[in-house]
Amino acid sequence: MKLQRNALGRNVPLEVPGVGQFEPYESPFGKIDGMAPLAGARPFLRTVGRSRSKVASSLEDAIKKSGLQDGMTISFHHHLRNGDAVIPLVLETLKKMGFKGLTFAPSSIPDAHDCVADYIRCGLINRLYTSGVRGKLGQMISSGEADIPVVIRSHGGRARAIQSGQIAIDVAFLAAPTCDALGNVSGSSGPSACGSLGYAITDADYARHVIAITDNLVEYPVARNISIPQYKVDQVVTTPSLGDPKKIATGAARITRNPVDLKIALDTFRLMKASGIVAPGFSFQMGVGGASLAVSVYLEEYMTKKGIVGSFGLGGISGHMSRMLGKGLFRSLFDVQSFDAVVTESVADNPGHIEIDASCYANPFTPGCLVHNLDCVILAALDVDVNFNVNVLIGNDGVLRGASGGHCDTAAGAALSIVVLPSFRGGVCSIKEEVSNITTPGETVDAIVTERGILINPLRKDLLENARAAGLPVVDIRELKQKIEKLTGRPDAPAEKDGKVVAVVEYRDGTLIDSVYQVKK
Amino acid sequence: MTGKNENMKNRPCRSMLYIPGDSPGMIQNAEVFGADSILLDLEDAVAASEKDAARKIVSSFLRGFDFGPLIVTVRINAADTEYFERDLEEIIPCRPDAVRLPKCSSPNDVKEADARISEIEKKNGIPAGSVALHAMLETALGVEDAFAVATASPRVTALTLGGQDLTADMGVQKTREGWELFYARSRVVLAARAAGVMAFDTVWTDINDPDGLYQESKQIVELGFSGKAAIHPSQIEVIHRAYRPSYKEVRKARRIAEAAEEAARVGKGVISVDGKMVDAPVVARALRLSATASLYDYEEDEEI
Repeated sequence: MKLQRNALGRNVPLEVPGVGQFEPYESPFGKIDGMAPLAGARPFLRTVGRSRSKVASSLEDAIKKSGLQDGMTISFHHHLRNGDAVIPLVLETLKKMGFKGLTFAPSSIPDAHDCVADYIRCGLINRLYTSGVRGKLGQMISSGEADIPVVIRSHGGRARAIQSGQIAIDVAFLAAPTCDALGNVSGSSGPSACGSLGYAITDADYARHVIAITDNLVEYPVARNISIPQYKVDQVVTTPSLGDPKKIATGAARITRNPVDLKIALDTFRLMKASGIVAPGFSFQMGVGGASLAVSVYLEEYMTKKGIVGSFGLGGISGHMSRMLGKGLFRSLFDVQSFDAVVTESVADNPGHIEIDASCYANPFTPGCLVHNLDCVILAALDVDVNFNVNVLIGNDGVLRGASGGHCDTAAGAALSIVVLPSFRGGVCSIKEEVSNITTPGETVDAIVTERGILINPLRKDLLENARAAGLPVVDIRELKQKIEKLTGRPDAPAEKDGKVVAVVEYRDGTLIDSVYQVKK
Repeated sequence: MTGKNENMKNRPCRSMLYIPGDSPGMIQNAEVFGADSILLDLEDAVAASEKDAARKIVSSFLRGFDFGPLIVTVRINAADTEYFERDLEEIIPCRPDAVRLPKCSSPNDVKEADARISEIEKKNGIPAGSVALHAMLETALGVEDAFAVATASPRVTALTLGGQDLTADMGVQKTREGWELFYARSRVVLAARAAGVMAFDTVWTDINDPDGLYQESKQIVELGFSGKAAIHPSQIEVIHRAYRPSYKEVRKARRIAEAAEEAARVGKGVISVDGKMVDAPVVARALRLSATASLYDYEEDEEI
């Protein structure tokens, strides 16, 4: 595999055998700004004949009827989180039916699905396109055992790749928490309700064949909160259960008691305030990590006190964001993925809570994805480096254990992107000379907030001035790194980087930002 | 502002965060929570089986760890325990700012500990009196003897009230309102002030009740305590909030301070503010309040 250095000094292949050509990463918006319209994939023209029911007699029959063949591409969504039983059900059925060499292209892979490793081992899957990999699957890929092409994309990047035809989905198997006989699908009701089906909407738009799989077939029509309408669905399959409702609809995440996370959250909120961005019309996205979620508590209190009403909340939506919508602190929520059970109710009942698809969320090659209108995003990280580059994919041991998600999309889009991160974890300093893998380029990260100080990207002189003026504990990133390393020591050089490339990481514009290397055992 | 220029002895000590001595994970983060001081605990927070480990952990942190601007105090085990001797032997040479001595019920308890600490200082070539002693009053007898305890040795720089043991000794419950401790608190504060030492209040044990903590903290600020112990980092902000002088108080204190400065400059013996004569203790109080105010931000639009 021929490697070339990209603009961040990372070696990336120009071609991934069996996948195609790639360009090396250049800059966050170089390819996006001023791009002339390009022809992309178009929705397939297809019919199922006039019918009052698309319900197939079994999953096997539906697969046969779909025309799926060896070597084709199948897709899934990850909205059922760790409760999902649909991915294992379909993969096992495909294996029994004797399929080989499929491209597995889910929106992401829930943590619990170690089984995917087995389906690679048996040859059912021989290409993998995903947002993240963890657990046994991560080990299998990082160790080189999987030995299949792996492309990691952000949520916006995946939507772009589907739209451009880079990911050409032959059959989309879409878990449908509520569905009728003609395939109107809703995510916000039924025993396996999960809220928004944002990532699945894109698949349904572009797949050659769409199979909705439901455990809640209701009388026609599903009239409320349709996520995917019937004209995009070819067949409906019923199954006793989509998964474990307890793991699908987890309760609202509790605000952390961890004092380090709380300190990070408070300083993050202070930085937001100092930047002047928390004003009427404010738009905001946050994660569900401990520190991120705690920021919303300070924000809620402040916005309430000052009578500030924000324009929209975006992204993966947590119960805390939907509560802020309920209190009128945001005029709307654009929800591509709901994080907990409380949100599901808000999606169903609050007209200001709007389900959006992945392209609307973050696809850079559209005339206006929402991340580009964000005022502020709070992001987590595994580690960062002195150039503010962020890694969310690879652990200190060099093994894949994370997901790209909307990280690079929102960091690039938001006017103020803040990474929250404890200064050391597991006895290892979180600030590296160079991160093992770049998911998000430092140029798009404005600040990193740790419990031991706020690090501000030198590119943001205005933010630095504001933070200093507000008396915030701003520290130099190299100085903090040295201070932490005095505490933790410096670990040995990480896993070798000259090994075989086991996965490539796309930036949101489709260029390659980094490679993932084999880890010697 | 005078506060920032005052010497170490007068550093503010509004909050004192207890950290179990056997929790290196918490000790390493001691400086991030914004407390004025920390109390590394070898006593109640540490199980009997972990006493040795805690002592080793605390002494190695004291020797090798940079606690930044924090005032570091170690609460050792009481004199009537088997750990007392070894605690002193290992902790004093590490020179924390102070050791907190539990269950001081008489001047003699202080004198004995003081003698032991002096020996250890001498043996280790540390200047005599390097490590201050905070005497913890947690028996009815100790409270009754507060002034004698505070003046038993120049090493004593603070009296601290141990509310849990004291209420038990008094045979009463610690209530949310805290009236059962009103007399003891008043007594301890007055004794401390008379002896020229600091006074620290007991902990608020319910970490899920920040409002209760705030009410109690306001009370003890008004009584005149120098600071209050905390058992969780989230309590620090609440305690600091209780110590925050109102903008109105701050403005008045600053006018008094300015008038005093002006009087000193022109050599006038009598200080007057708004046509009223101001006494020296009032000036001293105004200076203290201004120093405390310098720890807080005051927004322009604040209600007066």
